[in-house]
Amino acid sequence: MSASYFDVDGTLVRTNLIHPTLYYLRAQANPIKSFKMLARAFSRGPAMALAELRDRRLFNEMLYASFEGMTEDRLRLFSEEIHEEVLKPQLYKGARDLIQRSLDKGHEVVLISGALEVVLEHFAKEVGAQTIIANRLEVKNHRLTGKMLRPIVAGPEKALLIRQHAAEKGYDLNHCNAYSDSYSDVPMLSVVGHPAAVNPDAKLKQLALAYQWPIVDLDAGNERN
Amino acid sequence: MINHPSVSYIDNHSVPRVIFAGTRLIEVDLPVGTRVIYPNPPLEPLKDVDAAIRYAINHPHNAEPLYARLKPGMKVFIAVDDISLSLPPMKQPDVRERILHIVLALLADYGIDDIEICVATSFHRRMTAAEVRHMVGDKIFKAYWPDRLYNHDAEDKDNMEYLGTTDHGEEVELNKRAVQSDLIIYVNLNFVPMDGGHKSVSVGLCGYRSLKAHHNPKVMRKCHSYMDPASSELNTSVERMGKLANKHLNVFTIETTVNTKMFDDPLSFLMKQEDRWNSAERFGCKAMIKTLDALPQMARQKIFERVHAPYGVTGVNAGETEATHKKTLKRGFEQFSVPVQGQADILVSGIPYISPYNVNAYLNPLLVTVMAEGYLFNMYRGKPLLKKGGTMIITHPCTDYFDHAQHAPYIEFVHRLLPQTRDAMKLHHMEEDFASNPAYIEMYRRGQAYHPAHPFFMWYWGEAGRQHRGRVIVVGADNSYIPELLGYETANSMHEALEMAQDTAPPSPQITLLHVPPILIADVT
Repeated sequence: MSASYFDVDGTLVRTNLIHPTLYYLRAQANPIKSFKMLARAFSRGPAMALAELRDRRLFNEMLYASFEGMTEDRLRLFSEEIHEEVLKPQLYKGARDLIQRSLDKGHEVVLISGALEVVLEHFAKEVGAQTIIANRLEVKNHRLTGKMLRPIVAGPEKALLIRQHAAEKGYDLNHCNAYSDSYSDVPMLSVVGHPAAVNPDAKLKQLALAYQWPIVDLDAGNERN
Repeated sequence: MINHPSVSYIDNHSVPRVIFAGTRLIEVDLPVGTRVIYPNPPLEPLKDVDAAIRYAINHPHNAEPLYARLKPGMKVFIAVDDISLSLPPMKQPDVRERILHIVLALLADYGIDDIEICVATSFHRRMTAAEVRHMVGDKIFKAYWPDRLYNHDAEDKDNMEYLGTTDHGEEVELNKRAVQSDLIIYVNLNFVPMDGGHKSVSVGLCGYRSLKAHHNPKVMRKCHSYMDPASSELNTSVERMGKLANKHLNVFTIETTVNTKMFDDPLSFLMKQEDRWNSAERFGCKAMIKTLDALPQMARQKIFERVHAPYGVTGVNAGETEATHKKTLKRGFEQFSVPVQGQADILVSGIPYISPYNVNAYLNPLLVTVMAEGYLFNMYRGKPLLKKGGTMIITHPCTDYFDHAQHAPYIEFVHRLLPQTRDAMKLHHMEEDFASNPAYIEMYRRGQAYHPAHPFFMWYWGEAGRQHRGRVIVVGADNSYIPELLGYETANSMHEALEMAQDTAPPSPQITLLHVPPILIADVT
């Protein structure tokens, strides 16, 4: 047995981590509250951009701080909505096929993502993934504190989590596959025997060409699909 | 015995021979007495190709005329050969475009509008929109692409239909739309004798389940050669599957043959024997060699990619698959056949820049083996041109370079699997797992990549040659590790290679230069 590890945002869906958060901020019951929250989020924009350049984990922490104060129940409801309204419509043409072929090979399909675990639960059901390794938010008294639980799933941490998962399941990483769109996921791609760059950003594409990894464009479609 | 005009011998007055070494042309001095086998001069093309097409579909072999098979409202599936035929691609209009125009007009006259046109790629790469447009012409492209003119997708499981299994256990599974159509019209361009016939539908439109039956080392070892359908186990298997398919399908085959007019100016000197060149051709050749030498590889590649061949159509036949193909093969061999007496101890050949599997891409190291031990070795009927255990000398840089878009699975095959083994039987055991890599399959389905099983097929393609030859020596390789991976030796010059070859050859060995392209088939007695 082996596993296929999939990054989600940018790899299987066109969205990135910011899209669901923006959806949440926009979807407040009171428009004034929405405006305030959005304004606050945008004011943090430059700092988040810097964080993204420095350390993806820091970026994630800043991003999910926006959820502070939300009730746990509401997060669950929002997660379903985010899946239906944000993720599902943005699924790449070839994403289901790529996952199904991994399942056909007998691989355990693992989503490994900086997105929220609670959101990916719906997505995993949709695409047939069996396991989720994703970010979780701290809850106190049924409300989100805006803080993230460890480990933060991002960048190099993904490689470590894949190693741990494979070791627990007894998988030989040489026979495992991994898929990502982002240069920040090079560590994760590097630990498996069969990495692939999917809809890669410019830096990852350059690296994939140099390392002769497969480069897949899941949005290309053929004439009939 | 008087020599055939396409066979000559090097004497003291002979000028150097000019052969391909990838995207370069090189001059080679061969020992006195070396036999040089050239392609036959191009046959006279048909004066009026459109008239010949109309005649063929109105006077088919062992079948009713096409018009008699048409009914208003019927569902028609037209399949056409892909980019691997011809090499290089034909100058416009491609003969497939001419046929499609005539056939589509006829279908329209009969009130048939449920028509789909499919490029029969099998496990080859998808043709790009620009390539399809070049092949079918602007008018048809605009009217049909992409909804009703598209590439076959052998991995679209929902669009494949199982038809049955032959008495040899070969499973026949074909494109579902083809199977469900009332009529399949196959439009073929027969470039070499292994093309056409039952191979058109039962390979061009099939999937992995069917390909496994014959694209394997056991079958390929029994092809002597695969350019001689009567002696090809591959052809025998394909025929069995084609016969089964035709029991279920209503197939009307249209096949065409082309002559050997592969090059126009400024490469037309390649169409003549060197000793017969005039001074302008000699000068033209020298200038071409120097120009190519001065250019970087990428520029040379781009120049050759722009060369389209001025092939002339020499025959059009239509009707029932086998009866049609018989006529096609006859016409093809009239062009290709060169009678040759006696086998060679040492067989020399240049490896050109193009093969069926790298149109608009670099001829990578795996394709070098396909050309050497595959196509060039197999260019015979009767006995192999090379004696058992003899030495092949080829000229190619063997650069460790692969076109990522077309040949991504080849890279892993060459660099991960070949270092483990060159044994085709052992590699065959690794095929299924490798060929199910989802990333490579998506590259095949959505990009321009060959299917991940294809590099294995390419290795098997050289299997009969590999079992037969003794050594292969590469002249002009820019590295030694790629030839080593392929099981080849290297030499710095043709002179050195010939000396090396003579170490294992009998005294006064028979040396033969197979002077291709264009194409020839040696009828060896």
